[in-house]
Amino acid sequence: MEITLETVVFYFLAVFITVCSILTVTTRRMVRSATYLLFTLFGTAGIYFLLGYTFLGSVQIMVYAGGIVVLYVFSILLTSGEGDRTINKMKRSRLLAGLGATGAGALIVVFITLKHKFITTTDLAPLEINIKTIGNAMLSSDKYGYLLPFEAVSILLLACIVGGLMIARKR
Amino acid sequence: MEYYLIVSAIMFFAGIYGFFTRHNTLAILISVELILNATDINFAVFNRFLFPDGLEGYFFALFSIAISAAETAVAIAIMINIYRNIRSIQVGKLNDMKW
Repeated sequence: MEITLETVVFYFLAVFITVCSILTVTTRRMVRSATYLLFTLFGTAGIYFLLGYTFLGSVQIMVYAGGIVVLYVFSILLTSGEGDRTINKMKRSRLLAGLGATGAGALIVVFITLKHKFITTTDLAPLEINIKTIGNAMLSSDKYGYLLPFEAVSILLLACIVGGLMIARKR
Repeated sequence: MEYYLIVSAIMFFAGIYGFFTRHNTLAILISVELILNATDINFAVFNRFLFPDGLEGYFFALFSIAISAAETAVAIAIMINIYRNIRSIQVGKLNDMKW
């Protein structure tokens, strides 16, 4: 297999995402966990850019890395800023059970993924999805149009805004 | 293509491990974000490699990002409300119903 730039970038992003996602769930301090989540989301956006999906990568950076992680950092600093050092012990059996279940699941999934005969997918033509294509597909109501999910997501976001305000307002 | 799926599988199972073994509910929500992100990678990879002239997986990933943003906002609002009431967000403390 020849070493192209795409392969190098993919391996770098893969190692980056793996390390950061494992560090997200194993670190004790919450702000570090949120920072590693931010790095993981940047790595995921890098994978989207590598696949040629630039609009999806941009939406990932704007919404996830720029919105959700900021929200998490706010809520972490609001809630658990004080007494998080006391309850840090974890039963050894629970940790081993979680690790065992996760390891077994990961092994099964990786084994099935590597054994399955996908069609040969190397050397694809470079793809660039036009924003005009995306706009036409999202706002058309034909067979392959996505107008209905678009409107439904906007109503869902409105409901979540109102619901979030109602739940977390000052009494 | 399989190597992309292995990366997303590792992220998925890291999220599941964090979901099982963390005491802080915000850490559990962060693990749910990892799980959702891993499935988004899967959708984008399948769309790019197996169906290059369709856009179904692309739009599914797009709407999944929007929905997980909305769900994160509501979940964090609930956690802030819980913190106001019982001054702790460890899962061991959340064991009383309202009445």
